[in-house]
Amino acid sequence: MELTGAEIVVRCLRDEGVEYVFGYPGGAVLHIYDALFQQEQVKHILVRHEQGATHAADGYARATGRPGVVLVTSGPGATNAVTGIATAYMDSIPLVVLTGQVPTALIGNDAFQEVDNVGITRPCVKHNFLVKDVRDLALTLKKAFYIATTGRPGPVLVDLPKDVTAAKAPYVYPERVRIRSYNPVTRGHPGQIRRAVDLILRARRPVFYTGGGVILSDAAEVLTELVQRLDYPITSTLMGLGGYPATDRRFLGMLGMHGTYEANMAMHHCDVLIAIGARFDDRVTGNVEKFCPHAKIIHVDIDPASISKNVKVDIPIVGDVGRVLRDMLRVLDATDRSPDREALAAWWRQIEEWRAMDCLKYDREAPVIKPQYVLEQLYEVTRGEAFLTSDVGQHQMWAAQFYKFDKPRRWINSGGLGTMGFGLPAAMGVQLAHPDALVCCITGEGSIQMCIQELSTCKQYGLPIKIINLNNRYLGMVRQWQEFFYQGRYAMSYMDALPDFVALARAYGHVGIRVDRPGDVEGALREALGRKDELVFIDFQTDPTENVYPMIPAGAGQNEMILV
Amino acid sequence: MRHIISMLLENEAGALARVAGLFSARGYNIESLTVAPTEDPSLSRLTLVTSGNDEIIEQITKQLNKLIDVVKLVDLTEGSHIEREMMLVKLRAADATARAELKRLVDIFRGRIIDVTDRTYTVEMTGTGDKLDAFIEAVGRRAILEVVRTGVSGIARGEKALRL
Ligand SMILES: Cc1ncc(C[n+]2csc(CCOP(=O)(O)OP(=O)(O)O)c2C)c(N)n1
Repeated sequence: MELTGAEIVVRCLRDEGVEYVFGYPGGAVLHIYDALFQQEQVKHILVRHEQGATHAADGYARATGRPGVVLVTSGPGATNAVTGIATAYMDSIPLVVLTGQVPTALIGNDAFQEVDNVGITRPCVKHNFLVKDVRDLALTLKKAFYIATTGRPGPVLVDLPKDVTAAKAPYVYPERVRIRSYNPVTRGHPGQIRRAVDLILRARRPVFYTGGGVILSDAAEVLTELVQRLDYPITSTLMGLGGYPATDRRFLGMLGMHGTYEANMAMHHCDVLIAIGARFDDRVTGNVEKFCPHAKIIHVDIDPASISKNVKVDIPIVGDVGRVLRDMLRVLDATDRSPDREALAAWWRQIEEWRAMDCLKYDREAPVIKPQYVLEQLYEVTRGEAFLTSDVGQHQMWAAQFYKFDKPRRWINSGGLGTMGFGLPAAMGVQLAHPDALVCCITGEGSIQMCIQELSTCKQYGLPIKIINLNNRYLGMVRQWQEFFYQGRYAMSYMDALPDFVALARAYGHVGIRVDRPGDVEGALREALGRKDELVFIDFQTDPTENVYPMIPAGAGQNEMILV
Repeated sequence: MRHIISMLLENEAGALARVAGLFSARGYNIESLTVAPTEDPSLSRLTLVTSGNDEIIEQITKQLNKLIDVVKLVDLTEGSHIEREMMLVKLRAADATARAELKRLVDIFRGRIIDVTDRTYTVEMTGTGDKLDAFIEAVGRRAILEVVRTGVSGIARGEKALRL
């Protein structure tokens, strides 16, 4: 039987097991919307802006490990989606983005709502396709899902001219595809793994440095086993939080620009650095000239291009993080050697001294609400069990520092691109993926206004997200840099004329709570959590002058932190 | 250092743009680039000349290999190889002495005069990039009306072949 291109799209999504499509209709995709309308398996979530669709699909993907799916129309629909596509690309999140396109005969004619979607997105997708013939459609979609979800994951865009969605072809969805030019390595090289384990066992001052790759590869369990067996210290990037239980004593907290003193000092002084699924990003390394000056470096990553890109490593291992770690455990099982316990004990004593600096301390007696306090309270009240999405700025760093993630896929934020506006729509994706879970969005009054319209989507689909707005009346992170590096010239970082967020939440049909005093923080959080079926927007009036510490200024070494 | 990177590319719309885009997005330079179909209609052969230190070249080859459209890739400069570039040059050749002098130079460089008018010679020449540069140098800027170069292509010596 022949199906139209639009029906083929929907059948492919169904056969791929897609639960939700996040999208927004328009002329070029009307056939597809019509096909969606006539079935029930694939549910469509109507966002209020295409950026929201991409972030929501992204949040869904981060929370589940399954690809997020987006459907937008041509022209402005597609360009609105670009920020979200780039966000997913930078954090290696699997998305399949379907964009409408003008009919093939009009491509290149500056037709109404025509833009070159494939051209615009080329630098921020893992791959993209323009389907010109309905007979290629099913196979192309299969390839899109395959490429998005395997190897180093990432967004794949499929551009669908309107006539292709109207034309008919027999429907065959291939079970599997082979792409001759795409064969991601999964198994690490056994010889390299043995060399790595040998170096790990010879270490006197080792440290694990783990990143988002641990989460993407679902390797938290095996990582935890390896680290605990060795009893080595471990630190994580912003993207890797939850890959190792933060409440375990071996966890040193996040590293990097706003990492803990103990994590950054351990990095600086270590003799063997075991980098797992992390990419030596500049927010982590600081000045690469001064990075880990004493260390031999092992680097495990699925992307060969990540290895020795920023920092030259001694033992590169290309492979899936989970598989490589399991292979490492096997090599450890087979040897009777063990780490140098004496050297390790001395190293731990040193680390505990650094830890005793208590670098995250803040003024607990202040009469104003300290943002750190809100996050600590949130952690207590939720017993560390919530899914947290975040926007970008100081609040994001405080959340990363103060909420202790023990499980993977609970901390969902835009690390690579740093996209303000990510938090709320991402929370929608997470809440849809886990309808019974508690999902909180940590945000600031600047970020939340970038995708505030999604409050309406939350109402439509009954998503009981808890929005924790740390309202400091400033674009806080900008203000902090201006205080430190521009002698307090606060250019455009003060936000005048903020809306009444409580009234705004109500206008959208939600509950709004304003909190002005530290003493009311816990109560407000408990009240919000008690409203299980409602979205609650809590507007915390926080200290406008608070800064994120520690901080490694740009260009400095990891041991050159600014402390409180 | 100068490197000649040669690859088999899926003969797909946009494949060339991906390669070119990668170079501009990541700030790598391309000295020359040539691309044409092969005996297998599904594949093109693309050869480019770039330069950079070892780390940069390593990144370039890794990033190229990551492109889904790149099927296979070799850095020809890593082994012994043959490099060729073809050039067409239109030269000012108005008087008898100039014509004689140019004819001699073309012979020395083993080029061929492939078109003649009262006032011009058009020369075809093949060789390494260096040789073509040397010819241009030898005839002198003032004699040159137009230069068309194909960009470098290359192939490994011996039995090694870049194929699927
Ligand atoms: C889309 C976008 N625009 C600009 C920036 C630059 N930027 C980074 S943090 C920040 C301030 C964020 O302010 P707010 O959301 O209020 O959070 P705070 O830092 O005060 O916690 C800005 C403007 C960005 N990351 N994303």
